[in-house]
Amino acid sequence: MSADRLSRVFSALADPTRRDMVARLAVGDSTVNELAEPYDVTLQAVSKHLKVLEDAGLVSRTREAQRRPCHLEAEVFDLMTKWIERYRREAEDRFRRLDVVLAAMNEQADKSTETTVEDRENGARP
Amino acid sequence: MSTTTHHETQITADPALPTITITRDFDAPVEHVFRAYSEPELVAQWLGPRDRTMKIDLYECRTGGAWRYSTGDDDEIRFYGSFHEVRPNERMVQTFTFEGYPDGVSLETMTFEGLGDGRTRITALSVVESMEIRDSILSSGMEVGVVEGYEQLDELLATMT
Repeated sequence: MSADRLSRVFSALADPTRRDMVARLAVGDSTVNELAEPYDVTLQAVSKHLKVLEDAGLVSRTREAQRRPCHLEAEVFDLMTKWIERYRREAEDRFRRLDVVLAAMNEQADKSTETTVEDRENGARP
Repeated sequence: MSTTTHHETQITADPALPTITITRDFDAPVEHVFRAYSEPELVAQWLGPRDRTMKIDLYECRTGGAWRYSTGDDDEIRFYGSFHEVRPNERMVQTFTFEGYPDGVSLETMTFEGLGDGRTRITALSVVESMEIRDSILSSGMEVGVVEGYEQLDELLATMT
């Protein structure tokens, strides 16, 4: 998926009504009429939202069927997840290097505590 | 502490705002984590890309200070910004700019939170100008993506002359 397409997916999902439509389509295919039911908007407005989701490749509609139900293209979400996963892994790599730095700092702190205890046992002033 | 447990990095991209939030836990007290973020000799050990050397030119980690560093063998990839606010062991706010794209700036707010048991959680919130920029950062990995983008542009421009 190109960065451009990813932008379309993200902006398609930026709208709360469209997010809600996607959530409902995740349960199963629906017709435009069924999708429009819970919203206080015109059928035309719902069709417009659907068009945005279709352009982003999130939703498809079968041509041949009479009802023309809307179908959620779940694999687009998988691709999106993969993009973010790559970015996440880069951050995780960085933080693992930080883990090593912090472990060395902890070790040093432990050592200086041990020294203090030994010094005390030897009767030296801390 | 000798136990090594991995606390996987979590990333959240807000669907309606141009932000990226990163969360990660560390097996170290908050004072150590803050030092690893604020002392340049420690920062140099982990912040840069793994396969490249990181050179810090300037790192004035205090409110109103500035920073600048480069990665790569010829210092070709440079970043700079300023420390807007530094509150030890709690909060660090800074700007972040890639020198090859000076019009772009990200506002980075880092929160350090002691979890008890000598563990620390950091939360890094990045805010950029548009959803498009946020998505391109997410989709390609910040440094690699921006740099490769410019390399491709260079190649394109070279064929045009």
